[in-house]
Amino acid sequence: MSSLSRIWRSPLGATTAALSLGVLVLAVVAPVLWSDRASAIDTDHLLAGPSADHWAGTDSLGRDIVFRTLVATRLSVELALLSTAIGVVVGLVLGTAPLLLGKHLGRLVSAAVNIAVAFPGLLLALFFAVVFGVGATGAVLAIGLAGAPTFARLAQTLVAGVASREYVAAARIAGVGRVRVLLRHVLPNIAEPLVVNATIGAGGALLAFAGLSFLGLGVQAPAYDWGRLLYEGVGSLYVNAGAALAPGAAVLLAGLAFNLFGESVAKLVGVSTVVRQVPVAVARPGGAVDVPDTEEGDGDAAPSDVVLDVRELEVAFPGPDGRPVRPVRGVSFAVARGEAVGIVGESGSGKSLTALAVSRLVDDPGRVTAERIELLGADLQARDTRAQRQLLGTSLAMVFQDPMSSFNPTRRIGGQVAEGARHHQGLDRRAARERAVDRLRAVRIPEPEERSRQYPHEFSGGMRQRAMIAMGLMGSPALIVADEPTTALDVTVQQQVLDLLAAIRAADDVALVLISHDVSVVRDVCDRVLVMYAGRIVEDLPVARIDEALHPYARALIAAVPDMDTDLEQPLAVIPGRPVAPADVPPGCAYADRCPLASARCRAEDPPLLADATGHRVACWHAGEPSSRQELAEIAPSRLKLEPTRREEDQVSADSTGSTGGRR
Amino acid sequence: MTAATPAVPVPVREGRRPHPWVRFGVRRLGRLLVSMWVLLTASFLMLHAIPGDPVRAALGPTAPADLVAAKRESLGLDDPLWQQYLHFVHGFLTGDLGESLLSRLPVSDVIAQRLPATLWLAVLGFLFAVAIAVPLGTAAGVLTRRGHGRRTELAFTTSSVVLGTVPDFMIGVGLVYVFGIRLAWLPVAGNDTPSAYVLPVIALGIGPGVILARIIRVELVSVLQADFVRTARAKRLPRRTVYLGHALPNALTAALTLGGLLLGAMVAGTVLVENVFAWPGLGSTIVGSILNKDYPVVQGIVLVYGVAVLVTNTLVDVALALLDPRSLIRED
Repeated sequence: MSSLSRIWRSPLGATTAALSLGVLVLAVVAPVLWSDRASAIDTDHLLAGPSADHWAGTDSLGRDIVFRTLVATRLSVELALLSTAIGVVVGLVLGTAPLLLGKHLGRLVSAAVNIAVAFPGLLLALFFAVVFGVGATGAVLAIGLAGAPTFARLAQTLVAGVASREYVAAARIAGVGRVRVLLRHVLPNIAEPLVVNATIGAGGALLAFAGLSFLGLGVQAPAYDWGRLLYEGVGSLYVNAGAALAPGAAVLLAGLAFNLFGESVAKLVGVSTVVRQVPVAVARPGGAVDVPDTEEGDGDAAPSDVVLDVRELEVAFPGPDGRPVRPVRGVSFAVARGEAVGIVGESGSGKSLTALAVSRLVDDPGRVTAERIELLGADLQARDTRAQRQLLGTSLAMVFQDPMSSFNPTRRIGGQVAEGARHHQGLDRRAARERAVDRLRAVRIPEPEERSRQYPHEFSGGMRQRAMIAMGLMGSPALIVADEPTTALDVTVQQQVLDLLAAIRAADDVALVLISHDVSVVRDVCDRVLVMYAGRIVEDLPVARIDEALHPYARALIAAVPDMDTDLEQPLAVIPGRPVAPADVPPGCAYADRCPLASARCRAEDPPLLADATGHRVACWHAGEPSSRQELAEIAPSRLKLEPTRREEDQVSADSTGSTGGRR
Repeated sequence: MTAATPAVPVPVREGRRPHPWVRFGVRRLGRLLVSMWVLLTASFLMLHAIPGDPVRAALGPTAPADLVAAKRESLGLDDPLWQQYLHFVHGFLTGDLGESLLSRLPVSDVIAQRLPATLWLAVLGFLFAVAIAVPLGTAAGVLTRRGHGRRTELAFTTSSVVLGTVPDFMIGVGLVYVFGIRLAWLPVAGNDTPSAYVLPVIALGIGPGVILARIIRVELVSVLQADFVRTARAKRLPRRTVYLGHALPNALTAALTLGGLLLGAMVAGTVLVENVFAWPGLGSTIVGSILNKDYPVVQGIVLVYGVAVLVTNTLVDVALALLDPRSLIRED
């Protein structure tokens, strides 16, 4: 019912619904009201043009075109509905054949349906029109049967979807007969899409009928439907265009109304099952304390040694209510030559977007702003120029998460690896190809010559990822940005890819930014780790001192990684609660809701990211409290739980000074 | 001689299964042959499914009985059904489709005479459809990619749905009225001059063209969100190369699958368009023959249309395989 009211509320749905209804009403009342006037012969006005008496003129017997068109509504609609009904019923019988007749016979019917579907409806209609003879009856059967294969195909698909469900299987096991299963369990569940498609089909049938009548194969005089009127009208097109215009407009209007009404119902019914992708929430940027500049933190490296320098990076997207949502909120870091920096965080922490933003790959409608984004000293916020593309194309290599979808499926690997070099390094096709093969060899792809001629789907996941790395090595990268490069790979292959990245780094002093949700991967590969939460860096420390992390979130994240000492009798540690949605970042520290140490200050004021003398940066009012991990573990609710309530958290927090109340 | 040549193994590529193209070819050819056989049998049975005596129906109730009998004799209608069927299949394979009941011309001659006009119309109509669909769909896709041009999208979708639903013959009638009668710019009948092609080609191609454009737009919008487009952008290729070199071919692959069906529908669409424009092709011939109950001609032309559709579908599949090598290994 609710979907019905939604149809009324959408402009297209309401218009087409009203039109369809109008056509149906007209079909009922028009012949009763105007039959006499439609057949009244006016010999004074044969084939007359439009006039006050006859709005659309008259036909060759002086009969009024408008009234004839109105009266023809009934026959036209009747014939269209009749042939749709035939199409649906025959289609349903054919489409449910696999269910009724069993596997082998059913397969034969499906094969026949598949062949019939390949032929256009009009051709089938002509075929059946020959068999059933010229005239209304023949045309109804012809159009009905011509539509049957399409409905059969639809029914097949729908039945296949329902037949595999548990309740159908259960009914069958319980010994319910096939016909009964079909009538009681299957048909009611496919009725809705079937009816929707039948509505669309009725519009099509109406137009098809007009086509057949137009050819002279449909309704024969003295009976008349819109197609027949059109046929006669076209004959006198030179004398009175209105004679063709009126029935033509009627056919179009009615056909479109049925058709589009069905389409909009289908769309609404379909949409209702799809969850909207953008979370409907209010952005709350207000109240967040701006991150102060942390010069000391990233000033360690000498300027010439800095490959990537990012200050106050922000990424914003237009929110559902027009206000921007900011998944990245003021991120500052620098990467030195040859340094490997890991960025860790839960999904939604903004780590991938940070990587995309520094690589200039955030697409519209996303907006990237920053105080500074510099790659090898060149400003990446400047306008997109050829020189900048060249710099990025040769000095920055990207490795993405899913190597399957990251390659163009329709192009050979070699060409895709070589492509960039042809644009940026001025290599010709042959030279680029040779270099690509060489690079594939460098990432240890066996038989690179042959492999370069293969398509992505012929590569294994690990090989594709290595080819992706080879693509980045076509130039002379100073920085590799790898966004979850091993997440989509087999565990056994993960290490190979990580080793390859490490080897490249060592060989050419290439810097690496490794995005990962896996602390152990970062621990293996990186020198430094940035912990991100809710679009901010909350801690930045050397990997060697990772166990001395000060931020409660960073500590929890590190504690969540099982190691050899983990007591397997105990449930694995988890961080309670859920990450903050970018559209719903609270004022104060974004982690406060999940933090066992959270105090009133945390909920009111966002802690700045401050560096100590060694360059270790942390953003927490309670950094390092309590001092040892064991103590933290004792107070932190690190047992497996799904949704801890606020109250529970408050009870266990060490220095809770009372809740600041609801936030929403 | 035979002893001297050692049994050289057939060089199957890299000693694996037959090459994907070979397997694709065999599979697709098999499907084509089965469909052809179904078509052939159906059009054979068509004549026999007609209630009553088709010869009597064709010659009219006043025709003398011995003439009807002689005609039945010459058509072999009194032979056993299986014999007629074999004869029909043999005739099809050797290009003999019988003769017209009325004009007594061989059906194959009638078809040979009428086919070129229809073929030209269909091919030009298809080219016209593609010529408007690709730029229109690409432009609409780029303009309405993620988060862009909501209004453009609505306007484009609505107008293309409406335009795509209007049957080609009604577009034809409208074109005749406006450009042929009111403006008198273009001829509205026959195919004697190049300008006579304009209106029929537009009438035939515009509907499929906008439908195809809509499909291309939808596909392009989704392809533009694909990871490999991001990869192409990460290679810092020029925008044009990203859109036309990487995104469009993948969008076309998907569009081609549906476009193939459209192409088949266009073959049939020529029937109506030809009748609007008095086009001397198969379409006007088949309608005249149906009305005159000249069944052998109808049978022959139905076969031609059917074969045309089947061949079209096969060509679409081949084009699909060329564009997207993954479809080679996809089982149906």
